[in-house]
Amino acid sequence: MSVRVQGEDFDIGAEVARLTAGRTDIGAVVTFTGTVRGTPGGGAIRAMTLEHYPGMTERELEAVETQARARWPLQASLIVHRVGRLVPGDNIVLVVTASAHREAAFAAAEFLMDYLKTRAPFWKKEETEDGQGRWVDARESDDRAVERWEGAGPAAAKVTSKA
Amino acid sequence: MAVKIRYFAWVREKTGKTEEVLDLPAGVATVAELVTWLRSRGPEYAEAFTRADVIRAAIDQVHVKPTASLAGAREIAFFPPVTGG
Repeated sequence: MSVRVQGEDFDIGAEVARLTAGRTDIGAVVTFTGTVRGTPGGGAIRAMTLEHYPGMTERELEAVETQARARWPLQASLIVHRVGRLVPGDNIVLVVTASAHREAAFAAAEFLMDYLKTRAPFWKKEETEDGQGRWVDARESDDRAVERWEGAGPAAAKVTSKA
Repeated sequence: MAVKIRYFAWVREKTGKTEEVLDLPAGVATVAELVTWLRSRGPEYAEAFTRADVIRAAIDQVHVKPTASLAGAREIAFFPPVTGG
């Protein structure tokens, strides 16, 4: 279990290799990579700057990882989130989950991303082609995505019974 | 009570400050009361907290609701809904 917030890029292959090195109890590794889109709201952007709340960010990421470990039998997990100025095509976030079987790894990766998007204190500011800056608005669809994991909703019930 | 107040994203840009240490007057006991008091401190604060309903808060780096008590708080942060990932 680990979380990292960094300016530099990450190497997905190297991260997975490090996480699974020497392990023979892992049967499934799921990775999710979020990248910067060039036309997020329809209009083209030149770059995107990610700001965060040092200290609280790590605490929130660790808290969501702990929740995922309590829900699913994970052998290993990793969250890497970049901050600073990024351009279209750049990596933003990496989530890796490893378990004995795929169901837990898939579900936990989705859970980690849904919670990260609604709780971890990161903010995106887009830089448009004409050099103007605009803060990205939070999306209601992200709140709905996280709600499905709360209580004994159909999605949550289905996943836990499989784990 | 002196506490550190931190601002992030557009709340930071509108107040023009990343952080400041303020002595809270008696009667400011909750996050919502702190927001009301901050709005009275100047036009930049009034502007930053115009959309008070969308601004989120954290006490000592933990998300809290507007009704949360400030008792014992060392650091209070204000920011827009998060947009990471």
